[in-house]
Amino acid sequence: MDRRTHDRYVERAMWPIGRGDRFFWIAVVVLGALVVAGLGAWVYQIKNGLWVTGLNQKVSWGFYIINCVFFIGMSYGGAMTSAILRLTNAKWRAPLTRLAEATAVAALLVGAVYPLIDMGRPDRFFNILAYAQVGSPVVWDVVAISTYMVASIVFLYLPLIPDLAITRDSLHKSKLAPIYRVLALGWKGTPGQERSLARGVGIMAILIIPLAVSVHSVLAWLFAVTARGGWHSTIFAPLFVLAAMLSGVAAVILVIAAFRKVYGLQEFITARHFRYLSYLMIALGAGYLYFMVSEYLTEGYLADQATAPLLEQIFVGTYSPAFWGFTIVGLVFPLVLAAIPGRYAIARACSASLLVIGGMWLKRFLIVVPGMAEPVMPWDWGRYAPSWVEIAITLGSAAAIPLILILFFRFFPVMSVHEMEEVEGGAPEPRGVVLMPTLAEGAGK
Amino acid sequence: MAGQLTRRQLIGTLGGVGGAALAAGFVPVAFPEAVAAEPQTKQRQWAMVIDLRKCDGCKKCTEACQTTHHLPQTFEWIKVFEMKDKTGAQYFMPRPCMQCENAPCLRVCPVAATFRESDGVVLVDQERCIGCRMCMAACPYGARYFNYTDPPVAQNPFGHPTPEFPVPQIKGTVGKCMFCVHRTADGELPACVQACGMKALYIGDLVEDVATNGDQTVRLSTFIQENDAFRYKEELGTGPRVYYIAGHGQLLDY
Repeated sequence: MDRRTHDRYVERAMWPIGRGDRFFWIAVVVLGALVVAGLGAWVYQIKNGLWVTGLNQKVSWGFYIINCVFFIGMSYGGAMTSAILRLTNAKWRAPLTRLAEATAVAALLVGAVYPLIDMGRPDRFFNILAYAQVGSPVVWDVVAISTYMVASIVFLYLPLIPDLAITRDSLHKSKLAPIYRVLALGWKGTPGQERSLARGVGIMAILIIPLAVSVHSVLAWLFAVTARGGWHSTIFAPLFVLAAMLSGVAAVILVIAAFRKVYGLQEFITARHFRYLSYLMIALGAGYLYFMVSEYLTEGYLADQATAPLLEQIFVGTYSPAFWGFTIVGLVFPLVLAAIPGRYAIARACSASLLVIGGMWLKRFLIVVPGMAEPVMPWDWGRYAPSWVEIAITLGSAAAIPLILILFFRFFPVMSVHEMEEVEGGAPEPRGVVLMPTLAEGAGK
Repeated sequence: MAGQLTRRQLIGTLGGVGGAALAAGFVPVAFPEAVAAEPQTKQRQWAMVIDLRKCDGCKKCTEACQTTHHLPQTFEWIKVFEMKDKTGAQYFMPRPCMQCENAPCLRVCPVAATFRESDGVVLVDQERCIGCRMCMAACPYGARYFNYTDPPVAQNPFGHPTPEFPVPQIKGTVGKCMFCVHRTADGELPACVQACGMKALYIGDLVEDVATNGDQTVRLSTFIQENDAFRYKEELGTGPRVYYIAGHGQLLDY
C-alpha cells in the first residue's frame, strides 16, 4: 500500500465522524421513528400486560422468543467472522473487522432486550439474580448472554483503542476530544502497548468463540430440555450454533455492503471480500442443511408419537409454506446463488444474505411456534398469530440495529486504521498530529 | 379394600383437625403460619386417584375449582378431556396438576417460584414468579396457566395471595392446581373431589396409605394395585402423583 492509498484509507475510515449529510439524517429519522414506534408498543404492553400479544395458554412463546434467538444469533456471526479472520491472520481482514465486531454488539444489544420484553413481570427481572436457580436454563441464558455481551464489547473496544488515539489526535480541537482522550487510554503506540494490545485482542478472539458457542447452546437447551416433540433433540445446541453463525455472516455481508456504498469504501472493500465471506456463508449453510437433514431424518424415520404429528404439520400441513419457503428460498437457493462464480459477486452475495436472514428467521419461527402449538394433551393444535404490538416491537428492534451502527460510526472510525497498518507493515511515514485538517474543522459542528 | 373408616374419621386424621369443626359447618381456609404452628404428628404425602370408570365428564370438578380459586372459565386447573380408547370407545379423563415428584416445571424455574412442599405438593409463589413461562413449555401435561389478564375480582381473607391459597391470581404470573392444600391442611377435601358427583376423584396420603372420595375410604396401595392404576406419561420419568384407573364408564348406570 503506497502513501496515497494509505492516506485515502485513513480519510475514508474517519470521514463519517462528526458528519451528518442528508442520507445520514434521513436514515436516522426513518430508523428512529421505527424504533420509537417499537418502544411505544412495548410501553403499551408493559401497561396492559401480555394479553396485548397473540400469545395464549397453548402457544405461550412467540415472536419475542423467536427474535431473541434470531438477533443474538446474528450477533455471533459478527464476532465469529472477526475472530476467525484474526486467528487465521487473514490479511484482507483490516477493513472488515470493525464493522463485523460492531454488528455483533448492535445485534446483541437488541437481542438481549427480548427476554425482558417477553417477561410477564419485567419489574421482577432482578429476581433472576436474587433467587437464581442454577438448574434453570433461563438462568444459564442470563449468565451466558451477559458474559458474552461484556466479551463482545471488549472485543470491539480493544482493537478500537489505537484508532481512538488517532481520532483523539485528529480532532484535538473538537468538543468530543476529551472523550476520545479518555477512551484512548493514553495510547501512544509504544512497543509495550502494541504487545499488550496484540495479546489482549488475541485472547479475546479465542475467548469469544467458546463464549458465543455457549450462548447459542444454552439458548437451544431452553427448548431441548423440555419434553416437547420437536424440541427434545440432542442436535439442537450445535444446530443453533450453526444457525447463529450462518445468519450472522449474512448480516455482516449486508452491513459491510451498506457501509461500503454509503461511506464510499469501494476502494478498500472489494468484490474479493464479498466472495470470501460468501464462501464462509456457503460452508456454514451446507453444514446447517446437513444438520437439519440429520435431525429430520432420524426423527421422521422413527416417527414416534411425539414428533410425527409435528413433522407432518411442518412438511405438509399448516407450516409447510414456511418450511419449504425457508428450505428452498431461504437456504438452498441463496447458497447456490452465492456459490456461482462470475460477475455481480457483491449483488449476489447481498441478495443471498438477505434471503438467508429471512430464512433463518422463518426457521426460528418453525422451531418455536409449531413446537409450542403441538398438543401435549389430547386437545387441538394451538393457534398463534402475532398482534400489532409484537409486529411493531419486532420492526422497531430490527431498525435499532442499523441505527446503532450508524450512530456508532458517526463517532468512531468505520475501518480499522491500526489494523491496516499492522497488516501492511506499518504506516508508510510517521503520522502528523493532524491527519486531515478538513476533518478536524468539520468535526464538532 | 379398607372401607371401614367413615369419611369424618378420615378427614379428621388427614388434616389433624377435629370433626367438631366440620360438624359445626365451619370451613376454615388455610393460613400457612397457623398450619405450621399446629403439632403435626405425621408428614403427609398427598396423591390423587382418578377412577375413569366413574367419570361421566360433567366438569363439576372444573367448576368447583374455578369457584374456589376465583378463576376465569378458560382456566381449567383440572381439565376434563374427552378421550377415545383403542376400540374407539369414549371416556373422560380429568387432569389436575400431577404434582410430579420429578417436576420439569420446578427444575426449569429460574427463581424457584415453583417449589415443592414437604407434603409433595408443587406450589407457585406468584409474588416471586417473573412470568417467563419456561414452566409452561416444560410441563408435559399442559397443567399450567398464565395470567395474561387480571383475574376476576376476588376476596382473600388474608389480603394477599399465598402459594397455598393463590387468590386472587396475580397478572403476569403462572398458576396451577395445588391439590387445594388450603383445604386439605384443615381436613377438607379438595374442591374438585368434594364436587365430584360420581365420586371418581380420590385424595390420598401415601404415608398413611389411605385415600377417599368423600364417601368411601380405601387403602391407597391396594386400591391402585388391584385396579391396575397407571400414571399418565409415566415414561417421561416425571413421577406423577396422580393415579388413573382405566375405564370408560363401566361403573355408570347407563
